[in-house]
Amino acid sequence: MRTSALWRDVRFWRFAGQAIAVIFVLFLLGFLWANLNRNLAQLGIRPSFRFLQSQAGFAIGESLIPFQSSDSYGRALLVGLLNSLLVIVTGIVVATLVGVTAGLARLSSNWLVRKLALIYVEVLRNTPLLLQLFFWYFAVFLSLPKPDNPVRWLGFNFSNNGITLPGGLQLSPEFSALLLGLAIYTATFIAEIVRGGIQSVPKGQWEAAQSLGLKPAQRMRLVIFPQALRAIVPPLGNQYLNLAKNSSLAIAVGYPDLYAVASTTFNQTGRAVEIMVLISLTYLTISLLISLLLNLYNRRVQLVER
Amino acid sequence: MTSKPLPRPSRSSAAIRHWLQRNLFNGWFNSLLTIGLLILIGWTATNLIRWATTQAQWIVITTNLRLILVGRYPVDQLWRVWTVLAIVLGLIGFWVSKGRGQKAKDRKIEEQERAGAEEQGSQEDFDIASPSSPVFLLSRLHPITLLPLAFLLILWLLGGGLGLPRVGTNLWGGLLLTLVVAIISTVLAFPLGVLLALGRQSSLPVVQGFSTLYIELMRGLPLIGILFMAQMMLPLVLPGQPNIDRVVRAIAGLVLFNAAYLAESVRGGLQSIPRGQTEAARALGFNLPLTLYLIILPQALRIAIPAIVGQFISLFKDTSLLALFALLELTGIARSILAQPQFLGRYAEVYLFVGLLYWAFCYTLSMLSRRLESSGGSNHSRHTTR
Repeated sequence: MRTSALWRDVRFWRFAGQAIAVIFVLFLLGFLWANLNRNLAQLGIRPSFRFLQSQAGFAIGESLIPFQSSDSYGRALLVGLLNSLLVIVTGIVVATLVGVTAGLARLSSNWLVRKLALIYVEVLRNTPLLLQLFFWYFAVFLSLPKPDNPVRWLGFNFSNNGITLPGGLQLSPEFSALLLGLAIYTATFIAEIVRGGIQSVPKGQWEAAQSLGLKPAQRMRLVIFPQALRAIVPPLGNQYLNLAKNSSLAIAVGYPDLYAVASTTFNQTGRAVEIMVLISLTYLTISLLISLLLNLYNRRVQLVER
Repeated sequence: MTSKPLPRPSRSSAAIRHWLQRNLFNGWFNSLLTIGLLILIGWTATNLIRWATTQAQWIVITTNLRLILVGRYPVDQLWRVWTVLAIVLGLIGFWVSKGRGQKAKDRKIEEQERAGAEEQGSQEDFDIASPSSPVFLLSRLHPITLLPLAFLLILWLLGGGLGLPRVGTNLWGGLLLTLVVAIISTVLAFPLGVLLALGRQSSLPVVQGFSTLYIELMRGLPLIGILFMAQMMLPLVLPGQPNIDRVVRAIAGLVLFNAAYLAESVRGGLQSIPRGQTEAARALGFNLPLTLYLIILPQALRIAIPAIVGQFISLFKDTSLLALFALLELTGIARSILAQPQFLGRYAEVYLFVGLLYWAFCYTLSMLSRRLESSGGSNHSRHTTR
């Protein structure tokens, strides 16, 4: 029996490769952890989440639950989380509506509509969201007339005090700027996804729908769109995730979302590690939840084969 | 709702009328839509032009143009920025001309093959027989290896030292800082991204697990959180509480973030390489590192180029977040200009101009990537069918 050298054995290399990876990662984490402990000890900080119970001492502009500055940091962060969730959910709804409309407009038989949709997508997709948020907030909302003389459009009242919906619901200028900025930016990506999805439906489906005597709107709604959804839903989910993550730019327009409140908390308490852990876990949970819901929906729209 | 490729309007008036009827006035609904949109466009355009010519004060841009482009970089040292620009343009020119040359060579080989001179062509390509000889490896090195050299040269020119007067990063700003940060972060994140992509595709469960965990963690977090971590935590996790430059900290955050996204782009390329390529390489006696370096990665990266360019575009836009961490890149400098007392409230002018700069870069790049996609695709199919 011939024994081959150890280094010629694939099994040895498989084991060695994994062992090296484990040692490398453990060494790196240990190195960072040791430095962190040493540096924190030098600064006299002991990591602990007890600060969450102490009094926040700052006011929050808008809140879904009652909050005053004598409440705790923990409650302040909860207010921030709820504000984040509010803008994420409404943002997803508005972005989907605008995005699907723009995506259909990109395929319109009307040349002007097609070109306008193209300009919308190419201009807003190629400029930074943060800059757009600054623009919406400072150049649009804060430059609008005073609330007693608002700009009226389709039952909406626009003023430097935000948007008043037809039902009388008042949105703050910070929330309005963030919502519009997020939705209109994300919608450009959704529009391209919708266009691609519809174009991926074979031509025969159009012809078959036409030969069944369906009207153009019915063709789209009953035959083409359900099939296009199969190609649309997975990348659409990525855009929803992006929107959720981008909602953390709220701090740029002064909307008190989770990150903004956490940032204020950090400035007051100096607890970088704990706040980093809290923010990371929360955003990871939100991301996971969105992917989970989308996977469930995706299973429903995918083709069920015999 | 169908979109058929429509013929361009030709000169004759009948053809123009036909085109108008087909594209703007087919049916009462579209006619109404067209007229309504034309009115809306006219109204918007007149208002915009009236604003731009009478109300807007463009002096805020003309006075601050240098700030917007290079920040507070010393005026007497500006020649260094110009030199860097020349080097970058030279490199791009070299790369483009080399790409053209490569294409011409490919075409020549193809013609030779068609003429039945297959043996000649293949002999020319593989005249160095042993795949592991150092000469062969050197001959396969891409001119991309020039990049680190050019990279160091550019950093030296911008930052100074070694004979040149120092210009601290606190003086870099505007478009210059945006470009420097975006390019450095991509260059540094690229190797990390390739390693992570290979790790995620690896058959070793531990390596795959670590890579996947890192990629998914980074992709689940908002960039602003990672930049916060880089600004606040980086000095805490390094030995001796070093005083790290703010720009360096920002670049570290962008690299960690961007590597995860680049890894996904590269993975897309890796997944599109048929298994037969690996098997053929093994049959020829290549070991794993050589297979990856000579066979898999060149093909995978070529396929991934459009995705990588797309990633660069989004990183370029993402550098605007540094404005929230008190860096004066393009967005940050816009805010600091707006804080000058004589230009209070000139938001629209400044943000529109800065937006135009961002747009010009991103749009050019995305056009380029689309062209690469269409030309690279056909190139790829030729290689796989051969």
